[in-house]
Amino acid sequence: MITKRIIPCLDVKDGRVVKGINFKGLGDVASPVDLAEFYTSTGADELVFYDITASSEGRKLFTEILTETAGRVFIPLTVGGGISTLEDFDRVLKCGADKVSVNSGAIRNPEIIGQAAKLYGDQCVVISVDIALVDGVYRVFSRGGRDNTGMEAIDWIKRCVADGAGEVVVNSIDTDGVKQGFDIPLLKEVCKAVNVPVIASGGAGCIQDFIDLFTEIPDIDAGLAASIFHFGEVAISDLKKAMTKAGIPAREI
Amino acid sequence: MIAIIDYGVGNLFSLQSSLKYIGQEAAVTADPETIRSADRIILPGVGAYEDAARKLRESGMAELVTEVAKAGKPLMGICLGMQLLLEKSYEYGEHEGLGLVKGSVVPIADVAPADYKIPHIGWNALKFKGEKDPLFKYIKEGDCVYFVHSFYATDCADNTIAVTEYGAELTAAVADGNVYGCQFHPEKSGGVGMKILKAFCEMGE
Repeated sequence: MITKRIIPCLDVKDGRVVKGINFKGLGDVASPVDLAEFYTSTGADELVFYDITASSEGRKLFTEILTETAGRVFIPLTVGGGISTLEDFDRVLKCGADKVSVNSGAIRNPEIIGQAAKLYGDQCVVISVDIALVDGVYRVFSRGGRDNTGMEAIDWIKRCVADGAGEVVVNSIDTDGVKQGFDIPLLKEVCKAVNVPVIASGGAGCIQDFIDLFTEIPDIDAGLAASIFHFGEVAISDLKKAMTKAGIPAREI
Repeated sequence: MIAIIDYGVGNLFSLQSSLKYIGQEAAVTADPETIRSADRIILPGVGAYEDAARKLRESGMAELVTEVAKAGKPLMGICLGMQLLLEKSYEYGEHEGLGLVKGSVVPIADVAPADYKIPHIGWNALKFKGEKDPLFKYIKEGDCVYFVHSFYATDCADNTIAVTEYGAELTAAVADGNVYGCQFHPEKSGGVGMKILKAFCEMGE
């Protein structure tokens, strides 16, 4: 039986992890490579590297970090942040990324999804969507959740999947940072609408939030989080044990 | 030395890095002499069957891979590379494979229940078939490996050495003498994947 994936997300700026703190046995907590190795050894099923640098110098550092990580960590790597052209896809894939996540870049230029899927395969193209409920309708937000595009979220996701996106990351703006659990109603809607893997993001505060996610939505494929892993609030090895105990298929190291 | 066959398909960075990680020298190459003198051969592959099969033939690699396999050199196909070792694929049409291992390639959607997502993406458990193959000597049944595929190998007769469950039994690995194939990606399967690669690197010793 296919296992439910647990995915830590690392925000990288100028070659360093932005939120990264206090791990026993970890030399340099701000080193994305060290953190990636640490997560892999504790049972992470996949890693997301999110490039939040704006400068070209920072971007160069990011690709160097990616290359180094891909040379030492042998689980799937997804890269996101600032992806808007096929050249961006090419740049990170050459450095060892397996999948590329596109968000605002696809809103500005929706053709990028079909073009990238044709060139690199559907499995390589991840659509990441920031969503909030506005007057009873799920809307797509761009620029890191700042601007309401007015687009209806489920329609947008369906369109991206029809164009060739092989996975969907759903970031709920409403639950993000609140640490009161994932946005179950929104995620249920998305799972009903598409037949590709759906990754839940935003809201995880404790182990039970993941258990609730996988129990309430059997179709969901993965849970993604950042700060609770980085701050050591949830250890991935403990989370995997709890999943197995709750009857949720999990890969334990 | 391990020769990773370069025929213009896929990203070989991770594969080469993973072999280096387990202490194996590996070259991404299309040079016939390098390939003939290598101790072991890996045939990688991602993407569409028809396109990959054509590139394999046009580059002359199809003939060469067949030659070294028939000479008894350990060969491993990974993902689409495994599917290319079989006789035939029905991925959008009907295409000839290398025919080094019995079997053909058909859509997962033919056997998996309708509510199962395609592609089959993620970590899934291995179930061994028959006597445990030497390829798995460092791992145990139930260990998970990473899959990404929409088509799978069927009718491999007793060449199937492992399967995985996805609403139906899907072929995960095949072997016929010195020729091996893994549907999953060992180079993306963490510690378990490294152990499988290590076992392959000891084949023929």
